[in-house]
Amino acid sequence: MRPFEYARARDTGDAVARFRAGTMYLGGGTNLVDLMRLGVAEPDYLVDVSRLGADQIEPSGDGLLIGAAVRNSDLAAHPLVREGYPMLARAVLAGASGQVRNMATVGGNLLQRTRCSYFQDVSKPCNKRQPGSGCPAISGDHHSLAILGHSAGLNEAAQCVATHPSDMAVALAALDALVHITGPDGSRVVVMPGLHRLPGDEPDRDTVLRPGDLITAVELPPPLPGRSTYRKVRERASFAFALVSLAAALDVNGDGTVRGCRLALGGVAHVPWRAARAERTLTGAPATAEEFTRAADAELAEAEPLPRNGYKVTLARNLIVATLQELLP
Amino acid sequence: MGEITLRVNGTPRSLNVDSRTSLLDLLREHLGLTGSKNGCDHGQCGACTVLIDGRRANSCLALAVAQDGCDVTTVEGLAGEETLHPLQAAFIERDAFQCGYCTPGQLCSAAGMLDEAGPSAVTEDLASDPALTAEEIRERMSGNLCRCGAYVNIVAAVSEVAAAGGRAASDTAAAGASR
Repeated sequence: MRPFEYARARDTGDAVARFRAGTMYLGGGTNLVDLMRLGVAEPDYLVDVSRLGADQIEPSGDGLLIGAAVRNSDLAAHPLVREGYPMLARAVLAGASGQVRNMATVGGNLLQRTRCSYFQDVSKPCNKRQPGSGCPAISGDHHSLAILGHSAGLNEAAQCVATHPSDMAVALAALDALVHITGPDGSRVVVMPGLHRLPGDEPDRDTVLRPGDLITAVELPPPLPGRSTYRKVRERASFAFALVSLAAALDVNGDGTVRGCRLALGGVAHVPWRAARAERTLTGAPATAEEFTRAADAELAEAEPLPRNGYKVTLARNLIVATLQELLP
Repeated sequence: MGEITLRVNGTPRSLNVDSRTSLLDLLREHLGLTGSKNGCDHGQCGACTVLIDGRRANSCLALAVAQDGCDVTTVEGLAGEETLHPLQAAFIERDAFQCGYCTPGQLCSAAGMLDEAGPSAVTEDLASDPALTAEEIRERMSGNLCRCGAYVNIVAAVSEVAAAGGRAASDTAAAGASR
């Protein structure tokens, strides 16, 4: 690991004021320390933002304000989260292990990097880690990588088929959560899934954050009507990243038509993928398996699977249909 | 380098550490507490699990400089002077290990897990604080791998302590010893 300087920031202002080129903010460290050990991240200054007092969950209007330093385990165990936002509690519980959830913060969870094996191996080219070096995943092992919104069709220097690994972010995308950010130019709010960006021709940029920006809190709008959940399909039953996951909410009228729905997919793209086309297709339609399938197919019509991850298209469709059926009143 | 003060198994310690030092390396190399093991060094195997401020954590992913002011418990600090921790007694009673390399992490993880409230990924009713069935224990202990495959007996040992509210395993062990 390359030598670096460490400082514990006193408050948000102190953290942002300390930021200079080569600085990274440290939350729980569960991803960053690992990436530093792998040589993927090489900060020369770590500013610890885990003790700024942003570790509370409190009501905000009819919603909730979650401090960026709240530990993942505390978020999932909080009574108001379990009661009002089951898809979020389930998404967090579906991720990582008990130890990692105790360490990992909400802000850090949003900013974790892809687990693409080429990104994590400094002996391999990777456009995300080293822009312009190429993407070996496209002709190599991409079975767990993106089927939507990737840049495999662009020139070799821009190609990226990485997926965003967070489960929590998928639920936040479905919930229209607000990400509170403070940076050198002041404070602003970004609505999920707008924090993350598709690779385009800058696959090294995961998010819309600018240098020095610090996530201070995540705000949840009021709970959604109807029922919601999170389902995750993975290669083993626990402590594995999603092949495909789904945050889903369904609200059905008395006449059996869909009053509203929210759908976001994980494990399929560079971002938590809000399935807006499926939501539009379904709203007002009968809440039946046929219509659920039609909505899923509408969303997945724009999928561009690679040679060895086409199974994800079928998996995503079946997951959407099965989960919505499970949510029927 | 950074000067830090932390409590390890109840004893205050002040040390000067390189910022790159993990809590695991601090425990093993600086303090000679070699119970916590270095398995994968990536937070994936759980052999390095300790309790930080009472909560289980992967010490290989924790930078020592970031633990200033924390209270750390390792496997060496689980037991009393003369008595085993109920989990240690149950692991012996149930033969919950083979090579033993993952055991300190399993023990610290289970000790932390038994104090954690709330549902897990396999809990049906999110509003409940479910009983620790074998299925719940398997899910909650998934951050600890055992390459010898002693999982069946690990689950039995943890179940026994969970069912007894963290106590009767030592009674069971005592009863076993007196037979």
